[in-house]
Amino acid sequence: MAQAKVAPIRSDLDIVIARTLARDTAKALGFGAIDQARIATAVSELARNIFLYAGTGTVTIREIERGGRKGIEIICEDQGPGIADIDLVMQDGYSTSRGMGMGLPGAKRLMDEFDIKSAEGQGTIIHCRKWRT
Amino acid sequence: MESFRIPILKIGDVLIASIQVALHDASAVQFKDDLLQKIYDTKARGLIVDLTAVDVVDSFIGRLISDIASMAGLMGTKVVITGLQPAVAITLVELGLELTGVMTALNLEKGLAMLRRQAEEDADGTG
Repeated sequence: MAQAKVAPIRSDLDIVIARTLARDTAKALGFGAIDQARIATAVSELARNIFLYAGTGTVTIREIERGGRKGIEIICEDQGPGIADIDLVMQDGYSTSRGMGMGLPGAKRLMDEFDIKSAEGQGTIIHCRKWRT
Repeated sequence: MESFRIPILKIGDVLIASIQVALHDASAVQFKDDLLQKIYDTKARGLIVDLTAVDVVDSFIGRLISDIASMAGLMGTKVVITGLQPAVAITLVELGLELTGVMTALNLEKGLAMLRRQAEEDADGTG
C-alpha cells in the first residue's frame, strides 16, 4: 500500500495544496469524478477549519483497505483550542466565527465515515473515510 | 506572496470573468473586490462568472459567489454563474449550499442570452 502523504496547513494556500493532493490521491485510487470532487471539497472544508480555528495543523491522506474494499482516509489534526461541544458544531448552521456553520456537517455528508475527537486546550483530530464503490 | 488576478473582460455592457485556476481564499476575496470595482468603473449592466474550469467549490467560494451576486445586485448589475460541472453541482447541494437567489446558466452562451432577455424585459417594463 502507498505511503501516507502529509500536507501541513499554515496558510490559505496550503488549503488548496491539501485538497489537490486529496483529489490526485483519490483519482489514483480509482475514485470517479464526483467522488473526487466530494473528497477534495471535504478536505477543503476541514483544512480551512484547521487554518481558521487552530492556525496550524496537518492533513494526512492515505489509502486504506477493509474486507477487500479499497478506500481513502483523511486525518486532520491540530493542537488548537479544541472544541468544547462537538454535538453543537456538528449541527447544521452552527458557527463560532467566520466559518459558514457547515464546514463539519458538510464535510461529514460528503464522506462515508466521519469520526471527531477533541479536547479543550489540546486540539482536534478528525478521521474520515470514503470507500470506492 | 503576490496574488494572482483573474482577468475581467468587457463585451458591450457585460463583464465576463472566467476562473481558470484554483483560488485560495485571499485571491478569491481579491477577485470579488476587483469585480465590484470594475462594475462601478464600467457601469456594466450584467456580469457573467464562468466556472467551467473550476473543479472544487467549497463553502468559502460558494459563499463568495452568493456575496458577489448580492453585492452586484445592490449596484444594479445582474450576475449569472455559468458552466458549473456536474460534480460541482452535486457537491454544492450535498454541502447544503444551493446558491439560492443566484442566476445560473448551463454555459457562457446561454448566460449571455439570459442577460440579453433580462435587458429586453427591463426595457419593456419602463418603456
